[in-house]
Amino acid sequence: MTASTTPTYIGARVARKEDPRLITGEGTFTDDVTLPGMAYLTLVRSPHAHARIRRIDTTAAKKEPGVVAVFTGKDLEATGMLPVFITVPSMSGSKHMPIATDKARYAGDAVAAVVADSREAAKRAADLIAVDYEPLPIVVDAMKALEPGAPIVHEELGSNLVFTYPVKGGDIDKAFKDAEVKISQRIVNQRLIPNAIEPRAVTAKFEAGELTLWSTTQIPHFVQLIAALNLGLGQNKVRVIAPEVGGGFGSKLQVYAEELLVGFLAKTLGRPVKWTEERREGYLATIHGRDHVSDVELAAKRDGTILGLRVRTVANVGAYLQAFAPGIPTILHVFIVPGAYRIPAFDYEMRGAYTNTTPVDAYRGAGRPEAAYLIERMVDRLADEIRMDPAEVRRKNFIAADAFPFNTISGITYDSGNYEPALDRALAMADYKGFEKRRAEAKTRGNYRGIGISSYVEICGLAPSKVNAALGVGWGGYESARIRVHATGSVQVFTGTSPHGQGHETSWAQIAADALGISPNDIEVRHGDTFESPGMGVGTFGSRSLAVGGVAVHKAAEKVREKVVQIGAHLLEASPADVVVAGGKVFVKGVPEKAKNFGDISMAAYLANNLPEGMEPGLEATVYYDPPNFTFPFGTHIAEVEIDGETGTVQIVKYSACDDCGRQINPMIVEGQLHGGITQGIGQALYEGAVYDSDGQLLSGSMMEYHVPTAEDVPPFDLDSTETLTNTNPLGVKGIGEAGTIGSTPAAVNAVIDALSPLGIKHLDMPLTPEKLWRAIRASGEGRR
Amino acid sequence: MPHAVAVTVNGTSYPREIEPTLLLVEYLRETLGLTGTHVGCDTSQCGACTVLVDGRATKACTMLAVQADGAEVITIEGLAKNGDMHPIQRAFAKEHALQCGFCTPGLMITAVDFLERNPSPSDAEIRHAIKGNLCRCTGYHNIVNAIRSASAEMRQSAGARPKVAAEVKR
Repeated sequence: MTASTTPTYIGARVARKEDPRLITGEGTFTDDVTLPGMAYLTLVRSPHAHARIRRIDTTAAKKEPGVVAVFTGKDLEATGMLPVFITVPSMSGSKHMPIATDKARYAGDAVAAVVADSREAAKRAADLIAVDYEPLPIVVDAMKALEPGAPIVHEELGSNLVFTYPVKGGDIDKAFKDAEVKISQRIVNQRLIPNAIEPRAVTAKFEAGELTLWSTTQIPHFVQLIAALNLGLGQNKVRVIAPEVGGGFGSKLQVYAEELLVGFLAKTLGRPVKWTEERREGYLATIHGRDHVSDVELAAKRDGTILGLRVRTVANVGAYLQAFAPGIPTILHVFIVPGAYRIPAFDYEMRGAYTNTTPVDAYRGAGRPEAAYLIERMVDRLADEIRMDPAEVRRKNFIAADAFPFNTISGITYDSGNYEPALDRALAMADYKGFEKRRAEAKTRGNYRGIGISSYVEICGLAPSKVNAALGVGWGGYESARIRVHATGSVQVFTGTSPHGQGHETSWAQIAADALGISPNDIEVRHGDTFESPGMGVGTFGSRSLAVGGVAVHKAAEKVREKVVQIGAHLLEASPADVVVAGGKVFVKGVPEKAKNFGDISMAAYLANNLPEGMEPGLEATVYYDPPNFTFPFGTHIAEVEIDGETGTVQIVKYSACDDCGRQINPMIVEGQLHGGITQGIGQALYEGAVYDSDGQLLSGSMMEYHVPTAEDVPPFDLDSTETLTNTNPLGVKGIGEAGTIGSTPAAVNAVIDALSPLGIKHLDMPLTPEKLWRAIRASGEGRR
Repeated sequence: MPHAVAVTVNGTSYPREIEPTLLLVEYLRETLGLTGTHVGCDTSQCGACTVLVDGRATKACTMLAVQADGAEVITIEGLAKNGDMHPIQRAFAKEHALQCGFCTPGLMITAVDFLERNPSPSDAEIRHAIKGNLCRCTGYHNIVNAIRSASAEMRQSAGARPKVAAEVKR
């Protein structure tokens, strides 16, 4: 194949194939699926954060007109337990039933279910269910949950300790003995509510022994697998469809109670059933993210050289372990805490704790934003302590460009990296040199201006399978792809990934187009239906889809191309080595006028009467790709903020970022992922936080109390990139889905603290709300009284 | 007790007997099957359900269907005319202003109402105008670009295309 005659779609800003249906209202989301005879499920949820269920009286509810059936937890035990896919050493797993049977362990834990002919009838009946609760002592704070005498969330486990996860490297005692500077800081990474704008929903029908289940999920194949196992159906009799999915960010990376319940009820009742979450219900019953409290000590020399890092963290997992929860604060967090730096000694002990709160699992970045925030805050604390430019402290400690592959002190191997060019580019974009003038100018207006840097590294890919297994991940880290070329030359790509905004229909078509020498317009990418997929798909999370699933598409397309070349060589009576596949044609190098159309080749594959000796008819390929390592994207983000001296309101006046995710397939989509990720990270830094009172009531219980950033809360973003390929996969691609969220939070917080550092402020916990900043400014003795 | 109402949606009048508690968004989605209008919250924060009611962008979860009796409603399904997309639709695709697409119909409807009242907005005005519509995917950057881009196209083609909002009484 000659590159000069082949249009390269990889790297092009190809318009999204998804958009036409989504901008006309023709996309079908799960709640849009309505079936004849459908019944509606409503769940009764505990108002108590911790209470024994003494008795449930469903008599009145059953008499309500339109009610089909009423169930308590005991009636629904046949649905089986909810799965946990990761087991870390010393883990103390919780029993988790879709409907609580003995006691409610958080406010929002489901205790009964109603199915009725309409949503309204189901809700009316749910209000008539009388539950006799015996309130129990409540623990909300994870640190307190691990103290002796704390209320126990799961009595059979004996304590609230979920796991202790230690990771050590180097001589930490020596590091602190040699240290010229020691910095201790408690760092809180507050609990967040994911807030995908589409609430969760499940619809199911059971016909002719086959369950079809539509769900707002990032992992339809796992839902299929668990539904089949738990409901006693053959996997071939469970079809799970993730139609349009309206955002996920990890919150739809679960096998949820409602998926099993709706599947079970459709099968048991013999009529279609739908459940749609209300937003306030979702705040209680859809997983939360983050929630770490870390005590961090950093040892360094006066010249800025970091010598060691010691961390003790408690992660709040909530009332139950959800699907991936054990892996988020451990595998996806602890190993990446050293970040972009060569740190000689590392000692981290992570503990997980059960509490009477909504379960915590993956939220965009999942463990890595907590890591980046921790190390990037400490680097800034060090810079402040030794009065050194934070950019230079970073530069001094960066892993050198020639040190890759680099074995980190935490015990993992970074594939590739070149951190200084991204830092330098971001500094230039931010006009870092000119900043002090702007700080001084703001001061004349009574405002505080600051600039904050964050140089992150993230883990993505979440493969290979053998490493996953060694870490306790109970499933492979591969991804699947099938490419089918029909006789007429139309092409379908079936992928095991399950996009929900990431544009795989476009990017995967670009990848296949380059291999097959055709246009992405002639390639249809299909996803999210377990009966159409290559067989097993792992799904879309952890910034893994491109580095694993996209590469699977590439490999499948290469296999198909190889067969196209063989058939073309046969028909053109040439050597396969001389055959060119490009521009929708197949021809002998130098003789483009005697070309076969791509469709001629596919037709020949199916006519099958003139194929090379011994070749199978047909033109398709299936690939399960298991990468040899994770990939490690990186970058530098810089936020410049101005704080109103009178109100404490923060405005991000400029945001610059230079990211490196290896080769970009579609830069337009890459930038879009960054824009959204950065906004979520800024949300954590400045606006968002789930707040419980001591009774375990979620005070930030709706979008009225929990501030999802609006268009006025974030600036335009100035983005650039460097390209450091990975040799982990043949495309040289990494991942970009979470990088923005990982890089932005520390940049924004570092900027705010930098702005307030002239007042002697060293650290404040997120979210940095106007009230918090106003109080901090007043407490410092500055600001107007 | 069902009430008889007739709401004109995307140019067609739909006489229906409905419960007085039925929300306009439920009427559109469930009674009429127009599922392009979405429900994202229950507190009027997210704006996913925004439709034009008598020419004004309205959160259809904040209004009872009976209140729309006699009104003219335009939903996302009615934005394109005879297969010809509205400039805001083309701009959203061109500028990659949508990812999952769930908030998109509400945002585009809000933008149409806004641009017909303010044909040459600044970026700050655009951001202010859409602050009642939450998007969790895009960070708004490309949405602002799309609305700016659509405003230019709408100014150029002013007169060639009837205003969506002006088609109904204000």
